[in-house]
Amino acid sequence: MPHISLLDSYFSILIFLVVSLGLSLVILGLSYLLASQKSDTEKLSAYECGFDPFDDARSTFDVRFYLVAILFIIFDLEVSFLFPWCVTLGQLPLFGFWSMMVFLLILTVGFVYEWQKGALDWE
Amino acid sequence: METFFDNLLYILDILLRIITIILPLLIAVAYLTLLERKVMAAMQQRRGPNVVGVYGLLQPLADGLKLLLKETILPTSANTILFLLAPVLTFMLSLISWAVIPLGEDMVFADLNVGVLYLFAVSSLGVYGIIISGWASNSKYAFLGALRSAAQMVSYEVSMGLIIITVLLCAGSLNLIEIVNAQKSIWYVVPLFPCFLMFFISILAETNRAPFDLPEAEAELVAGYNVEYSAMGFALFFLGEYANMILMSSMAVILFLGGWLPIFAIAPLDWIPGVIWFGAKITLVLFGFVWVRAAFPRYRYDQLMRLGWKVFLPLSLAWVILVAGILVGMDWLP
Repeated sequence: MPHISLLDSYFSILIFLVVSLGLSLVILGLSYLLASQKSDTEKLSAYECGFDPFDDARSTFDVRFYLVAILFIIFDLEVSFLFPWCVTLGQLPLFGFWSMMVFLLILTVGFVYEWQKGALDWE
Repeated sequence: METFFDNLLYILDILLRIITIILPLLIAVAYLTLLERKVMAAMQQRRGPNVVGVYGLLQPLADGLKLLLKETILPTSANTILFLLAPVLTFMLSLISWAVIPLGEDMVFADLNVGVLYLFAVSSLGVYGIIISGWASNSKYAFLGALRSAAQMVSYEVSMGLIIITVLLCAGSLNLIEIVNAQKSIWYVVPLFPCFLMFFISILAETNRAPFDLPEAEAELVAGYNVEYSAMGFALFFLGEYANMILMSSMAVILFLGGWLPIFAIAPLDWIPGVIWFGAKITLVLFGFVWVRAAFPRYRYDQLMRLGWKVFLPLSLAWVILVAGILVGMDWLP
């Protein structure tokens, strides 16, 4: 039996990744093999309720989606900072607790500002 | 001395374990579709599929076969490589999250010390599959549907993360087995019940399930980001969505409902193996998923986003601070 190191579980996950990738490709390829592929222009055009598509679908989109993504990054980073803190809180002195509270306070002030400015509205 | 043969056996062992996870998972996903249809039907006073096999039990096979025999359509205006990559990515991600889910005290494929972080990372990557499919389809419905779906998933991931932090404060470790063991005295659903409710609703929104399924509702956006997909591409998305549902349910069970632990550690309940408890609890949560779908009308998109940002985010943040404060103040930290 090969010696087990701390990284062995990650190696197993790598094998898992490769196997699941292979499985997905097999499933995708199965219908190519098994069904008859008869292409025709109508079937291959994009769906727009029976009409010909008006123009390229890649036009401008609402900036609110971008705003949601930016907000997500900020709060996700906040959550990633919370991860190591919450599991080691027992070994930290009281100062550790309060410094995280200050961090959360700063982010909360930012959140209140966003809310008041209407960045979280309509969407 | 590590011979080539030893290493080969090691890899074969890993492959066997992988099959032991993937095969039952795919069967579970297939029968989850049947469960959903039957339970929704029962709630609507009708039968559900009962023609194909005894009690409709061969229905998932029939569905799978139908999808297999359909023609794969590659729209002319679509980016072929990305178009085919998206469902593969989505399905792959929903599978690999299962590597860290423990079914029992020592029944886990990869015992990572950062299991929770791994799960969170993989669910964040799931958004990519949706965005890629919407973009690559080059169809307005698909694109808009994908954007809305991605924005929704991402909004509820924040509150999900904060609720996970709350549970981690009580458990003291990112290792999923430790988290379950920390619930031997009491399941976290009891002291953190509001967090459990918020988590349940967040995972409904995360998996694009009703009542948060506007981006993929048939009447609204014509199936949203997977409108251009047929046959196995669609099947992969579909399988990925249901596998994700089961995964999120198992996360809810591990974090709140005590994983494989029995309700009370007394004699008759103790004899039932942990795997059965785990499976029963997951089934309970999945039943809740289907029940919610049958019972509630759909949320409008702006209501959905308002709920995620203006209600759940402040509430879950408040819970983190409350629980941290109580644990530090009373010195109850693990």
